[in-house]
Amino acid sequence: MNLPIFKSRNFQIALILLPIWYIIYVNLQPVTDWFIDSVSGMTKGAHLTETIRFFIFEFPKVLMLLVLIIFFVGILRSYFTAERTRKALEGKSTFMGNIMASLLGIVTPFCSCSAIPLFLGFVESGVPLGVTFSFLIAAPMINEVAVILLYGMFGWKVAAIYISTGLTIAIIAGWIIGKLKLEKWVEEWVYATKLGEGEGDEEKITFSQRITMGYDAVKEIVGKVWLYVAFGILVGAGAHGYVPAEFMASFMGKDVWYAVPLSVLIGIPLYSNAAGIVPIVSVLIEKGASLGTALAFMMSVIALSLPEMIILRKVLKMPLILTFIAIVGGGIMIVGFLFNYIF
Amino acid sequence: MNIQILGTGCPKCKSLEKATREVVEQNGIDASITKVEDIVEIMKFNIMTTPALVVDGKVVVKGRVPSMDELKLILTNKIYMI
Repeated sequence: MNLPIFKSRNFQIALILLPIWYIIYVNLQPVTDWFIDSVSGMTKGAHLTETIRFFIFEFPKVLMLLVLIIFFVGILRSYFTAERTRKALEGKSTFMGNIMASLLGIVTPFCSCSAIPLFLGFVESGVPLGVTFSFLIAAPMINEVAVILLYGMFGWKVAAIYISTGLTIAIIAGWIIGKLKLEKWVEEWVYATKLGEGEGDEEKITFSQRITMGYDAVKEIVGKVWLYVAFGILVGAGAHGYVPAEFMASFMGKDVWYAVPLSVLIGIPLYSNAAGIVPIVSVLIEKGASLGTALAFMMSVIALSLPEMIILRKVLKMPLILTFIAIVGGGIMIVGFLFNYIF
Repeated sequence: MNIQILGTGCPKCKSLEKATREVVEQNGIDASITKVEDIVEIMKFNIMTTPALVVDGKVVVKGRVPSMDELKLILTNKIYMI
């Protein structure tokens, strides 16, 4: 059914906005430099000047990237509903299932508040436990905001490293959990719960409505994270101008062997969305933290958090929660050590 | 009309409940609104994303909070996408 309220000129509006976006985006740097160096009368190279320059260039840049990419991700995600993902994963076993679940975890819309119905819906309809875990690890860890911010602040290589190592952890951790046969540590009521009748029908929507969903995603996600981004970049800008280079090297540098496990241990209970943590991590790296240590810290903050564990405790017994944390945390540490060793 | 709002207490579930009550009130719809927070009860509707809106036993919206305009269409004209 095509709702009348969706018959707006969605598509035309998007087509007009795209070139405007592009013109603003490519001119951000020259306009910033022109403003700082020619209009403001500030001394080039001074701490305060460089702090302000960093902020008034980085913040709009990252915000614009977020708006554009989340719009397209919003449209893309309208094709990947939880129901379709479940159907694709039903009866899939071992390794292939883990790979598919991790990949689908990236594109299927996921919110930690829906983690319980999703877990029940998957497990009840025959998706193996380990495959379900691959999904539950990948979905929060590799989210669009984290990837966009990494791309915007570090470039595509770091973003690609993050995606591929995150995927690897989700695949292997889920596979191990599956092999360990930990169904006994799932709360008994989970397997006793019966899914209702009904196919779990999907919304039948037109392309115009998908574009509306893109706009909605931008409103919802950017509306939620812009303040964290501003704060993170502000802290970053301040450190950029004032904190001496190599300041972090003695705490989080390559030669500090315990930096990776310590960062992961600190990161696990911490809860922050990607929008707040990426700008901070960019400062850590700029000031001498090694890539592996910073990456491990960021992954543990985003992938594992206390609130999520409290939610999952409803369906998982404590030993399974601890196993889950140990396997994912261990995977993140290996990634951290590996990158400290390579780079 | 029997309206149920399914949700375990997330912020979005609360905003769906609030929006539904507003639309019902503004349009003088004769309906009883109940909130279903028990996960076992929620799973009987076979949904995986919350919040969800159920009208007379049928899931009509899931995983999102529709706009007031869409809610009005759903509740007054029974037009929905599922």
